[in-house]
Amino acid sequence: MTTVSPEDIDRDALKRSGDSIVKRLILPISAALTVIFCLAPILWQLLTSFKVDADIAAIPNVYIPSRYTLDHYRALFERRPFFNYILNSAIVSIASTILALGLGAPAAYALARLKLQGERILLATILLVTLFPPILLFLGLLEVIRYLQLGNNYLALIIPYTAINLPLTILVMRSFFQQLPKDLEDAARVDGYNTGRMLLEIVLPITIPALVTTGILTFISAWNEFIFALTFITREDMKTVPVAGAQLGGASPFEVPYGPIAAATVLGTIPLVLLVLFFQRRIVQGLTAGAVKG
Amino acid sequence: MDKQLELVDLRKAYTPQIIPVKDVSLTVKQGEFLTLLGPSGCGKSTILRMIAGLEQPTSGKILIDGRDVSRLGPGDRNIAMVFQSYALYPHMTVRENIASGLKLRKTPPGEIQQRIHEVADFLGLHELMNRKPGQLSGGQRQRVAVARTLVRRPDVFLLDEPLSNLDALLREHVRAELKQLFQSQNAPVVYVTHDQTEAMTLSTKVALLNNGFLQQLDTPEGIYGNPANQFVAGFIGSPQMNFLRVLCDGKSAIVGNSLIPLPHGVTAPTEVVLGIRPEHVHLANSENEPTIHGQVFLVENLGMHNLVSIQVDSVQEPMKLRALMGMGERVSSGSSVKLGFSIESIHWFDATTGDRLSGAPAKAGVAKARYELSDLPSP
Repeated sequence: MTTVSPEDIDRDALKRSGDSIVKRLILPISAALTVIFCLAPILWQLLTSFKVDADIAAIPNVYIPSRYTLDHYRALFERRPFFNYILNSAIVSIASTILALGLGAPAAYALARLKLQGERILLATILLVTLFPPILLFLGLLEVIRYLQLGNNYLALIIPYTAINLPLTILVMRSFFQQLPKDLEDAARVDGYNTGRMLLEIVLPITIPALVTTGILTFISAWNEFIFALTFITREDMKTVPVAGAQLGGASPFEVPYGPIAAATVLGTIPLVLLVLFFQRRIVQGLTAGAVKG
Repeated sequence: MDKQLELVDLRKAYTPQIIPVKDVSLTVKQGEFLTLLGPSGCGKSTILRMIAGLEQPTSGKILIDGRDVSRLGPGDRNIAMVFQSYALYPHMTVRENIASGLKLRKTPPGEIQQRIHEVADFLGLHELMNRKPGQLSGGQRQRVAVARTLVRRPDVFLLDEPLSNLDALLREHVRAELKQLFQSQNAPVVYVTHDQTEAMTLSTKVALLNNGFLQQLDTPEGIYGNPANQFVAGFIGSPQMNFLRVLCDGKSAIVGNSLIPLPHGVTAPTEVVLGIRPEHVHLANSENEPTIHGQVFLVENLGMHNLVSIQVDSVQEPMKLRALMGMGERVSSGSSVKLGFSIESIHWFDATTGDRLSGAPAKAGVAKARYELSDLPSP
């Protein structure tokens, strides 16, 4: 029992080669499957947006079409003010992102640095807001917006988007500020910075990665929001991309315009992809901020 | 005019129970290097932060060159500080880090350039000037942090454990550098540490703190050779001083089976604490010294010395003693030894208050030493 037989050694070798099979084959295959699983709907939309109508409707499905067209994209801009929709989405998303960061970051700083009375209650309340489903808010909000006569006004979207994203901004930024060494601010004060200049010239530059990260999250959630945008904005030229995309109609009531919808989806996603790619390095910095001792 | 820092009855209280600094008064003159030394939580960092203006004192005054700065902000006191974490601005280059304090004070650009050049020469920072702190090693960051204070030419230098983030070898090297560097500066230096070696090697004066009270303010020699109380005696020196709680009959103390005379002029209570540093205990070789008999029960090799632990032969409660012996003195565990020490190297303390018992009045510079029984290091 205690002696090492040749079979034992062989089993060890097998086990080792088993390890390398896992590494060489199973790992890449499962990675590929995961990627395909996540990207499939988007890839399908991308493919559909370039297919001609006949291929889209064809049964069985055409996976590798022989004809490609840009007609669906052209239709979006010619028959609809699609550029306007993108602009509307951009205005609303950028404004609410800037507002959420501008209000949230100072609040987070105060929560992280000052010893406030009732700080725990305040934080619990902020957390509670993030748990509340927005869909339950929207009927009440509709009344508020009617009362304030904000219907068909960008503010009708900017204000709720800011409010919904503010708690997340505050919580993320607060934990960032908490891991920011206090010595740095003390050093700035000894150097002679007053509070305002210290915040602007020392704290803000260090905070940029965290601001970018939370800002992108806010931007994406505002860009993709549907219910509020559908309800509070009825004027055609003020609609945002998700609403406009969903409301695309065909030439007749019986036709579903799969091609233009796919094209609208692609166009609506591109700005987000560009945004994330552009800020990628900063995001990684922001997400790992504090992981390494400064 | 002479630069000088003065603390008058400085007190910091967070709540009536939590008082990290209790009425500390001291003066640091031009060219002096004062170390605030003490165990964690003794209030040394709080004192430094109050001098810097980062914390407001509850009562008491801070005077720089006779000017009361207690209510001024940190930026208006003309002090410069090296932080434990160095606190370099990560988004600025070394040059910008060093220049920031001068720029804020509207120093003319020409002078800023010149001063930075001098400091960079002095600390050998020229190659690093355009790097960011993230690209520097620990020792380099430390030098930049020091450069940032030197370039300011402040009225007072404050250093908060600047060596504690360096590894042991580098620490020794930088310690020597710091000593030379601040010897050439005129302004008073206040240095916070919990490391007695740093305090002994760097300072011209040491303020030993415990529980918010100033225990002793003295030169390093005074702190080592003439400790004001049992806490100071136990805190300074490594290995720690031996404390033997012994009975006495008025003129002499009974140690083991020997009688040791008390210093002249001491009205001794019935019980005293005899303090003797391990480095002052040796194998008895002369008839004129007091001797103690005992059994060796442990020998620890420290390289340069052996640290020998001895069980003292005694009719009273058992007592232990540690002695540093040269490698030449061969003692082995279990052997029986006769130990000697000179009368001058003995420190006597009151067993109840912990204060030093001495015939002569306490040396000048020994501050109002206050003591709490719970602070006594266990003998």
